[in-house]
Order: sequence, then structure tokens, then C-alpha cells
Amino acid sequence: MNTLVRGIGRLGGLVRGSIYGLGAFTRLFATILARSGIALKRPGLVSQQIHFIGNYSLLIIAVSGLFVGFVLGLQGYYTLNRYGSEEALGLLVALSLTRELGPVVTALLFAGRAGTSLTAEIGLMKAGEQLAAMEVMAVDPIRRVLTPRFWGGVIAMPVLAAVFSMVGIIGGWVVGVLLIGIDSGAFWSQMQSGVDVFNDVLNGVLKSVIFGIAVTLIALYEGWNAKPTPEGVSRATTRTVVSGSLAVLGLDFLLTALMFSN
Amino acid sequence: MTREKTDFWVGLFVLLGIVALVFLALRAGNLSSFSLAPTYQVQARFDNLGGLKVRAPVKSSGVVVGRVSSISFDNERYQAVATLDMESQYQFPDDSSASILTSGLLGEQYVGITPGGDDKMLAQNSTIKYTQSAVVLEELISKFLYSSASKEGTAKDAPAAATPAKP
Repeated sequence: MNTLVRGIGRLGGLVRGSIYGLGAFTRLFATILARSGIALKRPGLVSQQIHFIGNYSLLIIAVSGLFVGFVLGLQGYYTLNRYGSEEALGLLVALSLTRELGPVVTALLFAGRAGTSLTAEIGLMKAGEQLAAMEVMAVDPIRRVLTPRFWGGVIAMPVLAAVFSMVGIIGGWVVGVLLIGIDSGAFWSQMQSGVDVFNDVLNGVLKSVIFGIAVTLIALYEGWNAKPTPEGVSRATTRTVVSGSLAVLGLDFLLTALMFSN
Repeated sequence: MTREKTDFWVGLFVLLGIVALVFLALRAGNLSSFSLAPTYQVQARFDNLGGLKVRAPVKSSGVVVGRVSSISFDNERYQAVATLDMESQYQFPDDSSASILTSGLLGEQYVGITPGGDDKMLAQNSTIKYTQSAVVLEELISKFLYSSASKEGTAKDAPAAATPAKP
């Protein structure tokens, strides 16, 4: 009887805890948005964060994009060759990159590369009581620390996704045209006739902006609410990757259903 | 790192993003096929549009001369109405005909314009009188099957009718 009560109680606690977490998450989002004036007043802070989040992620994003493009080229050719329509390889590579793989894989890498560093940085600031010291000095840590990082991530993410898609298409071209020997003109013209700028490219950019908001905000939230101990920071960093990746995949399904359902 | 240096690298990063987007729009996408040339609208009624889509090309002799701007249904004549955005540099006689064609066996559908011989040209909001509907592959196949089946039926019926006559 006692274990039953405890089990049900634990379930209740889990539900309450997740609702509390969602509320705190939304409140942090609203607070950051409300204090975003600093991004305009001191653009240097945001620029510093774009440099830290974006420029340093560029290499991993570009290299992954190149290899994803290579693999898409090889696998796409294998299937299309059976139907004698290997010229459509360009279309296949471009559509899968701009619509899905570009934003999603970039967001997953972004959560691993930039999200973890944001969480660890803020968690350690909290553990070292730097955030408390700021508050004592009448500096708002949400405004001074979180907001520039949020906007840095939101601006860097679409740029990284666009670079990923571009490098991936070049990778598909290298494999398809240079290695396998598909006609270059057919590769590009099939791509151009099938990829719509608004429907495919712009929706992909929109997706990457939304993923950028989600991943950056989750990273900031986990860092902000980390237990100020070495163990707490390490757990928060792990949670950033897990919930960030899950959020990206879940949001991707929703956005794809909304954007491309016709 | 100094402030100027950071700003320089961030600027380069954002510039790279813009280059990537322009690449996606122009090289991979169809932005280069968007023409801002002046157009005039022409309407064409079809019994069956088949799989024609908005923004499908309008071609004459294989050259793109316009795009399908909208597709609607006329509830008085029970016909589909396709509005074509024709580029003003291409003028066609008033008695030109429009037909819905397919590029390749399984390709996308487009509107083909065959010029007529009239001196008057198609004007803004005029209607193309002579149209030819899309060929629906299933109808063709079923027609072919029915005709061959009825041929076979008559071929078989004839000897069958003849046999009872024999004692």
C-alpha cells in the first residue's frame, strides 16, 4: 500500500515538475525578449557571441555538410540509377538539404557544439557566484549575460544552416558530376526546375530560425537553472544536448506537417 | 581579441551566410527564372486541366513565354479557367490555340501555345478560344482496352454464332 502511494505520488511529482519546468522556460523566454533592448544598445555584446557561437561552429558545420552531400549523392544515385533517372540527383540532393537535412542536422550539431558551451559557461558562472556578484553590483544578469547569447545563437543558426545546405549541394555535385559522371547541365537544370525559392528555400530558413530559438533557449535555461556544483553543471550540459535534440526533431515534424502538407 | 577584429570576423561570417542563401536561391532554386518583364493576362478555358499547377510554364515552340498565374473553376460553363501571365515581348495572334501538354512521359504539365494566323493580337484579359484538354493516360488506356476487347468479342462471336448452324 505504501509503495503504491509513493509510486502514484512520484508520478504526480513528475507531472508537476514538468509543468513547472515548462512555465519557468516560457517565463525565461519572455524575460529575455522583454530585455532585448540591450542587443540594439550594445551590439558589440551580440557580435562577440555570434563570433563565439557562429564562427567557431563553422568548420564542423561545413565539414559535416560536405560529407552529408557526398553520402546523399552516392545513395541517391544508387536508387535513381535503377529507374534510369540519375539526372534527378541534383533535385534530390537540393530538396532534401534545403527542406530537411540542412536545418535539422545543423540544429543537432549546433546543440552539441554551441549549446553545451553556453550551458557550461552559464552554469560555471553560477557555480562561481559571478551571477550573484553581478546582481549585487546592480547589473541584471539576464540582460547582460543571457540576452546577448540568445540573440547570438538565433542569428548564427540560420547562417550556419544556409552554409550547410550550400556545402552539401556542392558535395552532391562533386560526387554526382565529378566522380560518377552525371551531366553537369542536367544536374543543375533539374535542380533549378524543381526547387522553389519560397516554398523550399525560404521555409528551410524559417525552420532554422525556429530551431535556433529552441536550441539556444534550452541551453540558456539549463545553464540558468543548473545546480551550482560540478555535478550539476555536467548534468545540465547533458540535458541540453538530450532535450535540445529531441525538441529539434519534434518541432521538425510539426513544422514539416505545417509547411509541406499540401 | 579586439573589438574591431571580432566585428570583422562576424561580418565575414554573416557575409558567408548571405552568399550561401544567394547560392541556394539562384543556383539551386528558381529565382533566376522569375522575370520582372511586363506581362499581359490571357484566359483559357479547358474541359480538363489534368495535373496543371500554378506557376507551370507556358511554352510556344519549346520556349517559355509566360507562366500560369491562377487556376479556377467556372461554375456556369463547368469548365476550368487557367489565367496565363504572358510576357509582353511575345505577342500571339487572336486565334492561337492553347493545349495542355506533358514534358516527357511522366514529366510536369505545361501549356503549349500554337500561333494562329489572325492579324489581331491577343490583348489584356482576352480569352483563347481554341483549347485542347490534357490527355488523361488512364482514359486512353481504357479506350484502347475497350476497343481491343470489343474487337476480340466480335471476332470470337462470329465463329460461335456460326457453329450452331452446323448440324
